[in-house]
Amino acid sequence: MRHGFPLLSGVDLDIAAGTLTLVTGTNGAGKTSLLQLLAGLVPLTSGRAQVAGVDLRSGDRRQLRRRVGWLGHEGSFYDELTVRENLVFAARALSRPVSQVEVVAARVALEGRLDTTTKQLSAGQRRRLGLAWLVLRRPELWLLDEPYASLDDEGRTFFDELLSEVLASGATVVVSAHDPLRSPTLNPIGVHLAGGRVVPT
Amino acid sequence: MIRTALLVAGKDLRIERRSRVLLWQVVPFGVIALVLCGLALGPVGVSRATAGPGLFYLVTLLVTLLMITRSHAIERTAGTRSSVATLGLDPAGVFLGKALALAIELWITGLVLLAGSVLLLHTSLHGTVKALPSIIVTLGALAAVGTIYGALTAGDSGAGTLLPVLALPAFAPLLIAGERSFRAALNGGGVWEWWLIVTVALVAYLSAGILLYGVLEES
Repeated sequence: MRHGFPLLSGVDLDIAAGTLTLVTGTNGAGKTSLLQLLAGLVPLTSGRAQVAGVDLRSGDRRQLRRRVGWLGHEGSFYDELTVRENLVFAARALSRPVSQVEVVAARVALEGRLDTTTKQLSAGQRRRLGLAWLVLRRPELWLLDEPYASLDDEGRTFFDELLSEVLASGATVVVSAHDPLRSPTLNPIGVHLAGGRVVPT
Repeated sequence: MIRTALLVAGKDLRIERRSRVLLWQVVPFGVIALVLCGLALGPVGVSRATAGPGLFYLVTLLVTLLMITRSHAIERTAGTRSSVATLGLDPAGVFLGKALALAIELWITGLVLLAGSVLLLHTSLHGTVKALPSIIVTLGALAAVGTIYGALTAGDSGAGTLLPVLALPAFAPLLIAGERSFRAALNGGGVWEWWLIVTVALVAYLSAGILLYGVLEES
């Protein structure tokens, strides 16, 4: 609910583990709200939902959040810190070895930008940094809100390859986008939202 | 909890060092406010020295409100809050880390303001040094309670105006005790009673923050 107005209503969805789901819809359709709900970032005020075995009404949303990776529209980091400092912060928070930071930065093609302040990065590079946080975490559920925004063709190809890798590792991925995926190798299950409801495509 | 606290405090201080908001905005604001207070009191040295402790804490209050807003604003930039929420940091550690970073920033600002108080308001240097322990604890307590109220108001669009209204009742006992302790130190009186009150308040606010910060973040 936001300002007494339901963000999602009548959503009946079953996402199997290890699959790729693509949530499409126009602006304001409820894509981000659905992903935030699945991530345990917003409370469920009515209805029933369970994510990774955690009940969203009665369960511990904090526990759920530890198991999901979130990539929002915007940056996912501290603008005043460098790429390296942001990744080191995430690594230490997750008790991962700091030595992984350079490996992960190379994986998202940011190895040449490690000492650049995040606010100086381009929109596409910021998106790659957001992905680097997720690569560092390797969560079991990846929730990616419009991940293709600000990415050029090279970035899209890179992102599709990364998604294939993530799916091959057995993780579950939910992606929101305005349009269908272009990749011929990814075959997502489609969910279309309109006005906060799932509608037939 | 301690590990998370050090991680968060280190991150906040690094951001502060790089953005230089404290150095170029908050400290100059505090000094200007202190100069204006000195000018408003006029040239009579005795009244300025008497009013010194009160004016020091008045300016500290204004600076504290600015710094609390800043401390929580860095967590609320687009996307950061959601991503950090999924890192699974211990809320008690986050509270302690943010309070520690804020306390360090307040101690630095406090030192500059105390120097200004000695130079501009002619408060006694000996008395000021004697008051230092109570000032350190008072600023630490302000940081602790400020971090709680910062989290309480951070999600609100009117946080900048809501924070002073909500936090002032919690700040008031600290400011009164801090001012009395500072004044007693200047006048050669006992400072320990007030120092004790502020220490008890510090422990109470730290305990409340450790217990409640997770709930505040969720709300």
